[in-house]
Amino acid sequence: MLEHHVIILLMIAGAIVAMELEDMLSSVIALGAVGIGLTLEFLLLRAPDLAITQLVVEILSLIILIRATVGVKLPPEKVKGRIGYFLFAVVFVVAFLVFSYRALGALPAFGSPIMKMGSLYVKEALAKTGAANIVSAVILDFRGYDTLGEATILFTSVIGVLAIVRKVGRKP
Amino acid sequence: MRQESGMTLIVKRITRITVSLIFLFGVYIMLHGHLTPGGGFAGGVIIALSFIHLVLAFGKKAALKRISETTISAFESIGGVFFWSIALGGLLFSGVYFLNFLPKGEAFSLFSAGTIVFCNIAIFLKVGAGLFAIFVALAFLRMPDEKEEGGKAA
Repeated sequence: MLEHHVIILLMIAGAIVAMELEDMLSSVIALGAVGIGLTLEFLLLRAPDLAITQLVVEILSLIILIRATVGVKLPPEKVKGRIGYFLFAVVFVVAFLVFSYRALGALPAFGSPIMKMGSLYVKEALAKTGAANIVSAVILDFRGYDTLGEATILFTSVIGVLAIVRKVGRKP
Repeated sequence: MRQESGMTLIVKRITRITVSLIFLFGVYIMLHGHLTPGGGFAGGVIIALSFIHLVLAFGKKAALKRISETTISAFESIGGVFFWSIALGGLLFSGVYFLNFLPKGEAFSLFSAGTIVFCNIAIFLKVGAGLFAIFVALAFLRMPDEKEEGGKAA
């Protein structure tokens, strides 16, 4: 468990650094540290499929973010210390912690196999689909409908990006 | 003159060697998605990364001359329609949406797992083309050479 805690602490530190830095490029690089930590965490939890996908997506988003933020100087935004914002933040954080404490307390212990559907998938995936990689068997056969929705989300996001940054109608 | 399109000669030379290897690795990850970790999504992202590699090294014009934006969107649409038609094929041939209607074959061999291979190929086309389109749209928002073709409506 120690390595999980170390990696998670590093990820939290990277996220805080990314929030606090004023240089955009440094923030993007600190965000990359968070992604690499997540990849290592997936690898330690023995999910190589997720680790591969997370790593390549992280590289892609890092390239896009660097390419899109290089040379961009956002003026540092100073929020005046209003008491209302502070109180709202405190109330929100306290409520979040209370609810997550109760919700996490109701969960089963870390890594204990209790899943009914999951054990069914594990037992019957090879016989029913013939795929040796059980992750592929689940996402493309048992849960193919979910994957269709995911593909639709990607399609919609591409349409949205192309609609926002299209050349027609943009002033130089 | 040379600096205007892409990076230096060293980067271009290395890119010529590595980009096809990255492309092949993406295809490998995709085709073995039902046997080893990976699959259509990871393979598609790797393919998109290989094209992004090409664009970053050689500049927008030289890279997009080979593969135009129309081709990219055509590939993405083909991937989406292919995936959906696999789902419809399950409905058509065996009455259940998304049923694995092809013969399963021998386990642990390359030609096994019925429709999963074709689903991987469809997802691969879709993700690769879609992410590359997003990159081209987002990353070249303020390229200096964009002004030259600014009058041409896309």
